[in-house]
Amino acid sequence: MSANDGLGAKTQLRAGTAYRRDWLWVAAFVHRLSGIGLAIFLPMHFLALGLAIEGEASLDGFLKWTQNPMVKIAEVGLVALLTLHLLGGIRVLLIENMTWQPGQKSMAIAAVAVSILVGLLLAVYLF
Amino acid sequence: MTSADTISSETIDVSVWRGGAEGRYETFAVPLRQNQTILDVVTWIQRNADPTLSYRFACRVGMCGSCAMTVNGRPRWTCRTHVSKVVENGKVELGPLANLPVIKDLAADMTSFFEKWQKADGAFVPSKTRHDPIEEILPNTPARIEASAAIECINCGICFAACDTVRWQDEYLGPAALNRAWTLVNDERDAGKSDRLRAVAAAGGCHACHSHQSCEQHCPQKLNPTASIAGLKRLTMHAYLRGDL
Repeated sequence: MSANDGLGAKTQLRAGTAYRRDWLWVAAFVHRLSGIGLAIFLPMHFLALGLAIEGEASLDGFLKWTQNPMVKIAEVGLVALLTLHLLGGIRVLLIENMTWQPGQKSMAIAAVAVSILVGLLLAVYLF
Repeated sequence: MTSADTISSETIDVSVWRGGAEGRYETFAVPLRQNQTILDVVTWIQRNADPTLSYRFACRVGMCGSCAMTVNGRPRWTCRTHVSKVVENGKVELGPLANLPVIKDLAADMTSFFEKWQKADGAFVPSKTRHDPIEEILPNTPARIEASAAIECINCGICFAACDTVRWQDEYLGPAALNRAWTLVNDERDAGKSDRLRAVAAAGGCHACHSHQSCEQHCPQKLNPTASIAGLKRLTMHAYLRGDL
């Protein structure tokens, strides 16, 4: 058998980053994304609270807006993200400060499951 | 090769990186065999298709750590990776290890990998001379258990190639070098502990690790460098709080 003529065009060496499909890498990635999401949310949250200083009417107007179903859905997502970020952060703190525990993948999956559950419970409460 | 070794007349398409930092993937049709490793495939190409193909290997039995390459996007030891385990739709893509300069084709330049072992104070510092009696080392002390769990590294560079922190931060020492430092700080015979802790606590040391655990996922020896690095983080933190760092 001889080589075929498959000389490819001049190209870049592919990065070799297939490990980014692994559960624990995705867990770290989602942890960071949820952190960015929360960092964007917090100033908006404080701005909304600041409306109380302007007067009752503007705060009431804002609170009325939060009854919008789309806002409620966003709230569910936000609380799920907060739970995920909290649990992901606890997992990293345990890794770095306590004796190593096996089963990190299961812990990451459990964190996702708990976050979804918390989101669903909030959705039931809100709707 | 006898006919019994051959699964059929089937071939697999093996796409191999040719060149240095710049180059191209070249595709070879390689006969599919039973019990065929990726290293067998590369050797077949060099002996039957293109003798100019460059790659590195030595022991062929998973001991020396020299044949690691990127296989379908993941770093692997090719002498112990069966084709049947990694082939996707009759295709395999091979490249040199990531996060290292390419010398040629499948051979990566390991210089920076080993330099970082030096920077992590990865060399044993004896606390006794040849005139002292041989020290008895009990295998069941907590420190020795930690050291023994991490000591079977074969220097293959797979963890280094699978690490995003290495990819993102040039000065990061990498999982293998830090794992080596962890075995030495747990070695009661070693006399270089305080210098070593200083070396691994510096910029680019253990505290740069993001605990993604790709090193653990890919280590062919089933070691856990993330756990070793976490151990170094704790030791350096305690040393800092005591005022030793």
